[in-house]
Formats: sequence, structure tokens, C-alpha cells
Amino acid sequence: MTLAAVALVGLAAGILAGLFGVGGGILFVPTLALGLGLTQLHAEASSLLAILPTALVGTWRQRHYGNVDLKAAAVVGIASILGVEGGVIVAEALPESVLRRLFGVLLIATAGQIVWRSRRGS
Amino acid sequence: MPCAPCDLLGLSHPRKHPNHSKPLGMVAPKLVGIGLVAGFFGALFGVGGGIVIVPLLLLLAFDQRRASATSLAAILVSSIAGAATYALHGEVKPGAAALVGLPAVAGVLLGAALQQRIPVHRLTIGFAILLTGVGARLLV
Repeated sequence: MTLAAVALVGLAAGILAGLFGVGGGILFVPTLALGLGLTQLHAEASSLLAILPTALVGTWRQRHYGNVDLKAAAVVGIASILGVEGGVIVAEALPESVLRRLFGVLLIATAGQIVWRSRRGS
Repeated sequence: MPCAPCDLLGLSHPRKHPNHSKPLGMVAPKLVGIGLVAGFFGALFGVGGGIVIVPLLLLLAFDQRRASATSLAAILVSSIAGAATYALHGEVKPGAAALVGLPAVAGVLLGAALQQRIPVHRLTIGFAILLTGVGARLLV
């Protein structure tokens, strides 16, 4: 995929994330892996960096609307750091093909969750 | 809804009323549990972890809007921790991250604005099929 095409997919991933209320990461990882040919591990690692600008803008907007419970977010966020270290160790230990397949399962599970949520909502 | 991680965390009995006035101390242990699980899955899969945080906050009687917004702020912390850890191990490709991450900011703003104007539920099945297709592509 050309670089311009990957940037366009990034834009589209953002639109879909905004429309369906899912995080960008779930779409960034396959874009980086399938579009740019990164290894699954490098795609996941880079996706966490790619998430930051959208999370920053999103948090700023939601804070403006008064929707963010800052204390709760701080507790969840700080506690997550320990979980993150565990997740990195496991991701680095798993064979590339296993990590990629697990991510495939996560995508399909997310698809199910989105359908379930929309059925419940309508 | 069956939810194994919720049972582990003792979160299975959602309250009917928002608990905004509840002192943080009473829910803090559960929030710590949510953070640990979300951080693990987020770093393992390179995603923010909202897929874990939002449903669990809903079980703690956060409303949908507050749960999503609070999750987003927490993700900021977990993503920085994850990106920094992976970067220390030399596994982050900053150019690739910028190439998808920066256009996505414009995309999310556009998507959020579109959400108010178009019947999103009609697009849901299409999006689910797209995710399933990409998921299947990664499985084989």
C-alpha cells in the first residue's frame, strides 16, 4: 500500500472509530500490519503511539462537556500501568503467528459486541 | 450479560442509580481491578483498552456517556505507558504511527459529527462484517 493510501485508511479508521465509539487501536493495528507490512508486535506497539493524538483530543473535548470523572480515570489509568507491563511481557513472549491470530479473534469479538450493543440500543 | 472478568472482580450486580456522590474510596478497589485488566489487554493487543473499561464502568453504575469519557482519559495514561515500554524495547515505529494516528484525529472529529446526522445503526452490520473480514484475514 502506498503511504498516501495508508494515511487515507488512518482517516477512515478515525471516522469509523468516531461513528461507532470504538477505539482507533482496533483499526490501527490491522492497518499497520496489513497495509504497511509491520510485524504484529511492531503494529501493536506503534498503534499505542498512534492512539495518543485521538485520545488526547477526545479527552479534551469530553472534559469540556463535563463527562470525565477525573478521579476515577486517574485510578484506572495509574493501576493500568502495572497491567500494561504484564501485557507487554506476554505479547513479546508469544510467537508472532499466535499474537496475530489472537488479534483476529479480538476483532471478531468486537464485531459481535457492536452488533449486540446496537440491538440493545434500538 | 455473562461476563467472566466482571465476576472475578465482584462487579456482577449493577446498581440502578448513578453513584456520582459515592465516595471514591468505596469503588477505588474495583477501579484498580479495571485498570489492571484493561492495561494488560490494551498492551497485549495494542489497543486502548476501552473495550474492557467501558462495560466494567457501566457495571459500576456509570452512565454510557460518562463511562466512555472516563475510559478515554484512562486510556491516555495506559497508552502512554504501553507506547513508552514498547519504545524502550525498540518496537515502536514512530513514522508509521504518525502516518495513521494524525489523519485519524480529523477522522474521529468527522465521525463524531456525522454520528448526530446519519442513522448509524443501519451501518452497524456493515462495520461488523468489515471487522469480521479483517479478523478472518488475520486468523489464516
